[in-house]
Amino acid sequence: MPIVPLAQELDPLVLSQWQFGLTTIYHFLFVPITLGMVWLTAGFQTAWLRTGNVDHLRLTHFFGKLFLINFAIGVATGIVQEFQFGMNWSDYSRFVGDVFGAPLAFEGLIAFFFEATFIGLWIFGWNRLSPKLHLLTIYMVALGTMASAYFILAANAFMQNPVGFAINEARERAELTDIGAVLTNPVLLASFPHTMFASVMVAGAVMVGVAAWHLKRAQHTSMMYTALRVGLWSVIGGGMLTFITGDMVSIAMVAAQPMKMAAAEAMYDTSSGYDASFSLFSLGTPDGQHEVFSVRVPYLLALLSTHDPLGTVEGINDLEAEYTALWGPDDYTPIIWVTYWSFRWMMGLGFLAFAIAIVGLWLTRKRRIEQPRWVWNVAIWSLPLPLLGMTVGWVFTEMGRQPWLVFSQMRTEDGVSPGVSGGEVLTSLLAFTAIYAILGVIEFRLMQRAAQHGPAEAPELDESGRPAQPVTVY
Amino acid sequence: MDLPLIWFLVIGFMFVMYFVLDGFDFGVGMSLPILGRSETDRRRIINAIGPVWDLNETWLIVAGASLFAAFPEWYATMFSGFFLALLVLLLGLIARAVSFEFRHQRDSARWRAGWDACIVAGSVIPALLWGVAFANVAQGVPMEPHQGGALVTGSLLTLLNPYGLLGGLTMVALCLSHGAVFLSLKTDGDLKARAHRLADRALLSTAGLAVVFLLWTVIQNPAPLVVVLAALAAITCLAAWMLNRVERDGWAFASTAATVVLAVSTLFGSLLTRAGGPFVMPASDPEGGFVGLTVANASSSAYTLEVMSWAALVCLPLVLAYQAWTYWVFRRRVTAAAVEVLH
Repeated sequence: MPIVPLAQELDPLVLSQWQFGLTTIYHFLFVPITLGMVWLTAGFQTAWLRTGNVDHLRLTHFFGKLFLINFAIGVATGIVQEFQFGMNWSDYSRFVGDVFGAPLAFEGLIAFFFEATFIGLWIFGWNRLSPKLHLLTIYMVALGTMASAYFILAANAFMQNPVGFAINEARERAELTDIGAVLTNPVLLASFPHTMFASVMVAGAVMVGVAAWHLKRAQHTSMMYTALRVGLWSVIGGGMLTFITGDMVSIAMVAAQPMKMAAAEAMYDTSSGYDASFSLFSLGTPDGQHEVFSVRVPYLLALLSTHDPLGTVEGINDLEAEYTALWGPDDYTPIIWVTYWSFRWMMGLGFLAFAIAIVGLWLTRKRRIEQPRWVWNVAIWSLPLPLLGMTVGWVFTEMGRQPWLVFSQMRTEDGVSPGVSGGEVLTSLLAFTAIYAILGVIEFRLMQRAAQHGPAEAPELDESGRPAQPVTVY
Repeated sequence: MDLPLIWFLVIGFMFVMYFVLDGFDFGVGMSLPILGRSETDRRRIINAIGPVWDLNETWLIVAGASLFAAFPEWYATMFSGFFLALLVLLLGLIARAVSFEFRHQRDSARWRAGWDACIVAGSVIPALLWGVAFANVAQGVPMEPHQGGALVTGSLLTLLNPYGLLGGLTMVALCLSHGAVFLSLKTDGDLKARAHRLADRALLSTAGLAVVFLLWTVIQNPAPLVVVLAALAAITCLAAWMLNRVERDGWAFASTAATVVLAVSTLFGSLLTRAGGPFVMPASDPEGGFVGLTVANASSSAYTLEVMSWAALVCLPLVLAYQAWTYWVFRRRVTAAAVEVLH
């Protein structure tokens, strides 16, 4: 009986927001590893085919196995993402389906089929396909994952910066008018490379961490030195491109959602030039409304937002007034402490991982693998840094979009499913939390085991250069 | 023909592909505790679908996304209206997807037995619930108008009506038959013989359930198209049973596949020909003139459908080609020797 009155109190909106946040963050822990690792694995396989060095084949299988364990959870949790738009956000689906559905359908038709088909061929096709054809399959998977990221970010970019649509008053919905505009949304053109390069950084850090664990124990040193250097270069190269494209994202964001940038800075008043400073650290009163202490770099915010040190950056209060004039009185400000700190953690974690990789590259130059233990420990523990940075980056992007579900078009509270009760959403939230927690523990242990086990012996090759026996059997 | 109707047929085709392909995966999963007497047998059973289950499941993802894009009202109404059923279905699909990759990661009988249980649950539950869901859609669901669309008013228990449950059971039996026939095609020796016997019994039960379910469907909507599709579904089911008896494995598999195609098409055909339609989701109690969601009132704008048509026209033939090639690459039978090379 107590469950019934409780269910009446439960707000499906808040619960659905928590569920979307939880399932999306969780799903996206696996996605960037997949997006980046598939290219690195393909790189090792290419190196093996070009040099014939069997160590590269062993590394391909080794990191391929980590990639596949990770890929399995990505697939399993991905389908939840598609279903919950309709299950939890049916009024949103009604309102935007005509526009938002198209990139999702493209993702399925173009990317998912590609990915799912060629991953099967790659896993089970080692002894069925010629070495070159088999190599082609992993590049097909890589292209599929990239296309998938592109279309899903196109859908997301529409929520940040709706373009290519018109409102049909009679049907009470947004309708697509220009698919080209949706697929070349300025937010998308910046966030797609930003996400891809950050994923290379994520996969690079995983490779560095795993290689350092073996090098600390002086195991498989030759192979692991190769993996370490590839990983370090991926973090550095991916990192530099992540920073450059991050700058593109912030310019696109200031144009599309100035409130998000103001909230990222907790900047209440419009400022320009010297006063448009970037705060590295800030302490506020407990209510978050007033600043007590901060460390600030003058001009930097103006430079970041407008590419002009003397530029003007709009503050929260002015934007709030502007939005009220446009759409009526409401609270148009996202939760400031969330946007302020997630923005800083995103950049801080990224820069930290980048700096560690630069130092690591210098320390391990010319095959110097005899290092004090702390060097390897730092490398091992820096494994999750880019992934955490990317996660808080998405928290920033999506929380900074609030109170809008589709910026300027639909508020989050208007998108939730009207026919679904709080009790039902609580059930699903608890079910997903429980099953995701269990899967998380299992996945972590399996990844750890596989990583610590090290590369297996290279399979025997027949005269055509392919393994004589299947490499993977379930 | 107008674009909404074409997209109704395209989505019908995608769901048909999903049930034909993932249908035998479900059946293979269900047969695991029945046919898998030894660990080698169980691994042969799982490896028979190893390279292809993921691409088969992708048909669902693509069908779902196309539903979202082409019929937003249908997607929103069905997915929110069947909330708890879809939640359980998703948990089943998650369990199955991770089990394939996880079960071979540790050499422990208990570890594998746990994941095998997940594979069975993840095969039975989705087959059952998809059967229940589509039977209900074809029959009509209690709903009221909402913002130019509709809102399902019933609960999970409303879905579990006799016709819906019969649809679910028919789907489970049909998938089991389809999977058992697939296994007799993909294995050899003793396992193949047992798969034959399982298929024999499963096909008889399927025929019994399917005849009642299809008759019931025909009584609800005796349109000529529905009658023809239902009759053909029953005939191919019996043909599959006979072909399995005489050990014509390839033809038997073609027949179970045809049965799935025709049975699912019967439901879509019933929506297509229902008076006042074609419907995507009819209301079961059309009070106050609200008849439910039709192909016309639930679809996207002409421009969106046109864009989607170009994408589908380019992609679908390509998809079918490379998927066919995948099945060709993995055409060999999964022998005991093939799974014993590792571990």
